[in-house]
Amino acid sequence: MKQLRYLRNVSTLKLDVETCIGCGMCTIVCPHAVFVIEDSKARIVDLDACMECGACAVNCPVDAIAVRSGVGCATGVIQGALQRTEPTCGCSDKSSCC
Amino acid sequence: MGGQEESGRREGAQSCCSSGRRPQDVGPCCGGVSFALRAGAGAPATPWIEGIVATPAGGVPRVTTKLTRSDRLGGWKARWALGRMRYSVEPGLYAVGSPTSESPVFVSANHKMSLDRLRSNLDGRDGWILVLDTQGINVWCAAGKGTFGTDELVHRVQAVRLDEVVSHNALIVPQLGATGVSAHAVKERSGYTVVYGPVRAEDLPAFLDAGMKAAPGMRRVRFNVRDRLVLIPVELVMALKFVLIIATAFLVLAGLGRDGFSIGRLGTAGVGYAMLFFSAFVACCVLLPALLPWLPGRAFSTKGVWIGLIVGGASVALGAVARADVFGSWPASIGWILFVVAVASFSALNFTGATTYTSLSGVRREMRVALPLQIACAAAGVALWLVARFI
Ligand code: SF4
Ligand code: SF4
Repeated sequence: MKQLRYLRNVSTLKLDVETCIGCGMCTIVCPHAVFVIEDSKARIVDLDACMECGACAVNCPVDAIAVRSGVGCATGVIQGALQRTEPTCGCSDKSSCC
Repeated sequence: MGGQEESGRREGAQSCCSSGRRPQDVGPCCGGVSFALRAGAGAPATPWIEGIVATPAGGVPRVTTKLTRSDRLGGWKARWALGRMRYSVEPGLYAVGSPTSESPVFVSANHKMSLDRLRSNLDGRDGWILVLDTQGINVWCAAGKGTFGTDELVHRVQAVRLDEVVSHNALIVPQLGATGVSAHAVKERSGYTVVYGPVRAEDLPAFLDAGMKAAPGMRRVRFNVRDRLVLIPVELVMALKFVLIIATAFLVLAGLGRDGFSIGRLGTAGVGYAMLFFSAFVACCVLLPALLPWLPGRAFSTKGVWIGLIVGGASVALGAVARADVFGSWPASIGWILFVVAVASFSALNFTGATTYTSLSGVRREMRVALPLQIACAAAGVALWLVARFI
C-alpha cells in the first residue's frame, strides 16, 4: 500500500516511550503497521500511515498512546460542523457512508 | 426453553424489533435463543439456519457455511439500496459445524454481510459465533461508533451464558473491531481473553491453522482496485439527490438566453446539459476509485481536480469533434470545465469516508483549504457558463 498514503505530518498520534511496557498490543491492532517493537519498547516507524482509528490507544494496557481519533470522512466533518458535534459518520441514521 | 428466552430479549426491544423493518431474511426478531427454537418448531425458518445444537445454556442455532443465491442477492441489494444498509440478523450465539466446549468463539457484528463473510470462511470447521448487537452496522464502522465495543461484548458474553457453553476463555475478535474493543478491559470485566483475528475473514482458515497466529499481511488493511470499485454504487446512490438538484438547475438555467427565457430551449439545450452533467458525475464516481493510486497529489481534493479535468475536458473535446455545438462558445466551455472540476474535487473529498487510510486531522486540514477553492471554482464556472448564454 505504499502508494496509497494520505497527507504528511498531520496525525495526532503520540507515544510515551517511558510508560510503554513493550507488550506489543499496538503492533497487533494497528491496521497500517505504524508501530514496531524494538528493545522491548514500541516505536512509531510510520507516522504518516496512521489513520487515527484509535485502536492502539484503546488497547494499550498502560495508556502510553494518545491519539485524537475520529472518522476521516469529509461528510462526517461537514455534518459535525453543521450539528456542532464531533464528526460523525452518518451510520446512525438511515443513510450511511460505510 | 422458557428460561433461555429471557437472555436475548432485553436487546431485542431496542434492536430490529423497534425499527418496524423486518426483512424476510432476518427471521423472527425478538429473543436470542428462543428465536432458534421457534424456527425449529416449524415457524418460517431462516434458510441459512440448519438446525439446533444443544448446549447446557440451551439450543443454539447452527448456521450453514455455504452462501446461497439469496444471501448473495441480499448483499448486492444492500450495496445498492440505502434503505437496506441495516441488513441485520438477531444478536446472540450461533454454532458452525459441530462445536464442542473446546471449540473457538468468533465474534461478529449483526450485519448480515459480516456474518455471511464469517460463516462462509468457516466451511468445514467447528466453532461458535457470538453476534453482537451493532444495530445492523458492519464491524469496522460499528467499532468506530463504539457499538461494536467492550460494553456490548461483555454484555453479550453474559447474555448468552457463554461460560456454560465453552470451557476456555478466548474470544476471536476481528482486528478491525479493535477500535471499539479494549482487550485488557474485556479481560478485566469478563475474564475472557481477546485474541485479535485477521482483518479479512478470508484469512481465518490460515490464521486458525497457524495456531491463531496472524501473518503480518493479515493485519494490514488493503485498498486495492476491487476494494475501491465495490464502493461505487453506494457513493452514487448517496450523491444522487444532490446530483439531480444540480442537473435540474442546469435544465432550467439553459432556458436563459439573449432573447429571455425560452421553454423550447429547456427541451433541447436544457435536457442536453442535465444529461451531460449527470454523465460527467457518474464518470467521476467511477474514475476516481479506479485511478486513485495513480492520480497525482495526496489530497483527495487534488486527485479530484485531475478527474474533473479529464471528464470536463473530454466532454468539451467530444462536443467539438462531433461538431455538436454543445457549449456554443469558449467561455461556456471553460465555465463547464471549471464547474465539473469543482464538483469532482468535492466528491473526491467526500470519498475520504469510504477509504481505508484517511485520518480526521488530514481531512480537516484538507477541507479548510479545499472547500473555499471548490466553492469559488464552482461559482466562477456557473457565472462563465451563464454569461456565455447572453453573448
Ligand atoms: S500497547 Fe502500549 S505498552 Fe504495549 S507495546 Fe504498545 S505502547 Fe507499549
Ligand atoms: S490510530 Fe490506528 S492507524 Fe494510527 S497508529 Fe493507532 S492503530 Fe495505527
